[in-house]
Amino acid sequence: MSEKVVNLEINGRGFQAREGMTILEVAKREGIPIPTLCHHDALEPVGACRLCMVEITHPNWRGWKGLVTACLYPVEEGLQVTTESQEIHQVRKTILDLLLARCPDAPYIQKVAAEHGVTATSFKKNEVQTVCILCGLCVRVCAVKGCNAIGTARRGIRREIAAPFGMPPPDCIGCTSCAHICPTDAIPWEDVNGVRKIWDQEFEMVRCVSCGRPIMPVTQLEFEAKRAGISPDYMTTCPACSQQKTLETIRTAFTIKRPASEDAVEAAS
Amino acid sequence: MRINSVKSLTRAAGRARGERKRLETEVLVCAGTGCLANGSMDVAEAFLGAIRRRKLEARLKLGFKTTGCHGFCEKGPLVIIQPQGIFYKGVKAKDVKEIVDQTLLKGQVIQRLLYRDPNTKQRVEQYAEIPFYSKQHRIALRNIGKIDPKCIDDCLAVGGYTGLAKALTEMKPTEVIDAVTESGLRGRGGGGFPTGRKWKTCREAEDPTKYVLCNADEGDPGAFMDRSICEGDPHAVLEGMVIGAWAVGASKGYIYVREEYPLAVKHLQAAIEQARERGFLGDDILGTGFSYDVQIARGGGAFVCGESSALMKSVAGEVGEPRAKYVHSVIRGLYDKPTVLNNVETWANVPWIITEGAAAFASLGTKKSTGTKTFSLVGKVKNTGLVEVPMGITLREIIYDIGGGIIKNRPFKGVQTGGPSGGCLPEGKLDLPVDFDTLTEAGSMMGSGGMIVMDDRTCMVDVARYFLKFLVDESCGKCVPCREGVHQLHQTVNDICAGNGRPGDLERIEALSDVVVKASLCALGKSAPNPILSTLRYFREEYEAHINDRKCPAGVCRNLFTFRISPEICNGCGLCAKSCPVDCIAGEKKEVHVIDASVCTRCGACRNVCPTDAVEVI
Repeated sequence: MSEKVVNLEINGRGFQAREGMTILEVAKREGIPIPTLCHHDALEPVGACRLCMVEITHPNWRGWKGLVTACLYPVEEGLQVTTESQEIHQVRKTILDLLLARCPDAPYIQKVAAEHGVTATSFKKNEVQTVCILCGLCVRVCAVKGCNAIGTARRGIRREIAAPFGMPPPDCIGCTSCAHICPTDAIPWEDVNGVRKIWDQEFEMVRCVSCGRPIMPVTQLEFEAKRAGISPDYMTTCPACSQQKTLETIRTAFTIKRPASEDAVEAAS
Repeated sequence: MRINSVKSLTRAAGRARGERKRLETEVLVCAGTGCLANGSMDVAEAFLGAIRRRKLEARLKLGFKTTGCHGFCEKGPLVIIQPQGIFYKGVKAKDVKEIVDQTLLKGQVIQRLLYRDPNTKQRVEQYAEIPFYSKQHRIALRNIGKIDPKCIDDCLAVGGYTGLAKALTEMKPTEVIDAVTESGLRGRGGGGFPTGRKWKTCREAEDPTKYVLCNADEGDPGAFMDRSICEGDPHAVLEGMVIGAWAVGASKGYIYVREEYPLAVKHLQAAIEQARERGFLGDDILGTGFSYDVQIARGGGAFVCGESSALMKSVAGEVGEPRAKYVHSVIRGLYDKPTVLNNVETWANVPWIITEGAAAFASLGTKKSTGTKTFSLVGKVKNTGLVEVPMGITLREIIYDIGGGIIKNRPFKGVQTGGPSGGCLPEGKLDLPVDFDTLTEAGSMMGSGGMIVMDDRTCMVDVARYFLKFLVDESCGKCVPCREGVHQLHQTVNDICAGNGRPGDLERIEALSDVVVKASLCALGKSAPNPILSTLRYFREEYEAHINDRKCPAGVCRNLFTFRISPEICNGCGLCAKSCPVDCIAGEKKEVHVIDASVCTRCGACRNVCPTDAVEVI
């Protein structure tokens, strides 16, 4: 990112930002709320949900103004941004209204819509209802992870998040990043008896060498170890046990006495 | 043989012209997709057989070739005999013997194969005298129909690649850009962006790796301008692209063409190979040291891939979806490099501008829309086909003078321009000059040049429904307003057509359209409500009739009308009864016929055959 600093205005207040930052990044830093559904700080923005639309203009644009997505628009010197107006609210309300027709039963969408004053959709509900809003966060996180196991299939109103050919995705490592990033909990998964189920596949879990609790699928462990260039053996202890072990090591090295309270806790359990 | 200098190009062109001059007669058979579908390959084979068997080549110094589309697709297969300029339409393989005997050997014209003017009923012998052609001005289509697109020598004979030679040897890249800017050429794919300005920005972009691409992903229903150019004169497109690459400093490019255009792909591929062989493409073009090469990228036929950023993703092997273009593709396009993307027709204009001069191009058309534009004129018009006219011509001239007016002389109702994202204009707008800005102001757009003419039996609500359905199917679904919004618009219009319209529907449509226009990610979504907004603007009463009176005045939406035979007009000819597929029309010969509305499926067959227009919509 460039080191050049630009001056811009958001809602009439002046701010400085590095060139190349997006309007959304600056607004977030300054605590100015802009609603989003398809945005995650760790992922490339795509501008799919259109909820973050803001109005921009510039003293040099001879009065021209327009709506852009804050998540994608790079700030520039002299840019004037308005994050709230009647027009912007109308756009956001309509988008949430449309999403409610698609996902009438998704609690998260109901909540965000209600925050914008939409309690029920004014449109005809879609024939096929779902809780997936097609924000694409799952596909993007899977790509960043390096797996590209899932993608989008079909187009238009029939678009869906899918594995290739609708079969259990061969590149899936069972990490559940897709399920965790999903804002509407649209991707089902479960861990039962040391076996993880996601995307119509079962993954055997590696158990912690200390406590025996399942940590992660064998496939994920191998994938992560290979990517990090370390032996899988380094990763066979669960985070809690590994923390405990580190603590023990430090204590032994510096011969620190265990605090009495910890002894008491141990005795009680 | 490789051509390494302008001199050897001139010599090669001279040789090719000499070959042509040696011929005393030439038979041209149209082998564009339209004529092929009508059986022109059989006609061509019959000619070839006759020529071989009867040794006509030597006897008559006869030349024969298959050409690209002549534009008059409705009358195909077309056969033209030069130098007399005799134009035969609707030729069948069995007519070939007669053409050889009468026309080629005896010099007599066969009356029955001549074009008959639908208005004057006169037979027209000469190609150039047919009103469909005489009003046209062909620049982009200049060679189509005259040359064999598979033969580069034929292209050289009509001056192919002289523009390239001039640009590479006599002009600096910036001079080429200046010439294109001065010509006023604007993008023919629909956007109408000034081509020279696009090239200039790309040339000035810092990154030294640049791409020059051609958009041949034409996908509007009823449009076939680009297909005809790729099929009929692929070298014009290639020549334009090499000139463009020289101007912006690119060394690689792609032609993005849809898989559904197999003949265009075949001819383009052949042209690329021939051009490489001759030294017009690849390394050291024309011995000047400049290198540029082109590859074909075939698309799967998604309409959205005609959008520039989606097209570039598709070329790169990714899913063809648009991205926000806050940084333009001339700065960051294909593989994030500066990229010029122009449409087929734009590229085909470029060599002409270089050889004939920017002023010659700018002198045609209007001040802000110079040159000519190709349209595919289709729908309820007598002469359908491909036409190229100077900008600024009126819609009336195109539809009535070139198109010959409405079929059966029915009343004109509207014309849809600009493809699915365009709009419908009513009779009151017929005298508007056709140029980029006027059409946009009127609520439609130039688009890539589709022009669908509609008569009084077209329901405008149904037209909007059709285009919305197309856009629902072709939306990529990435952004919410286009995916969900256009779907809702389509649902509402569907309900209106089915007779389930509710009061307030029109206001809801307008409010939702407003958001779809403002909030969609790419031009497909932003213009998707156009068919409905323009029909609402000019034909609102038709929507109101559907909603309030539950009537479809045009007699299209089957739930909203019944047919009745007017007893005052019916002459009892019985044609309606014969054509009815469900036998619901009764009546004695020469007596008034009656439709049983309880059985009638409202297919409209009776209305179409009735010679006295007695079948009414009520």
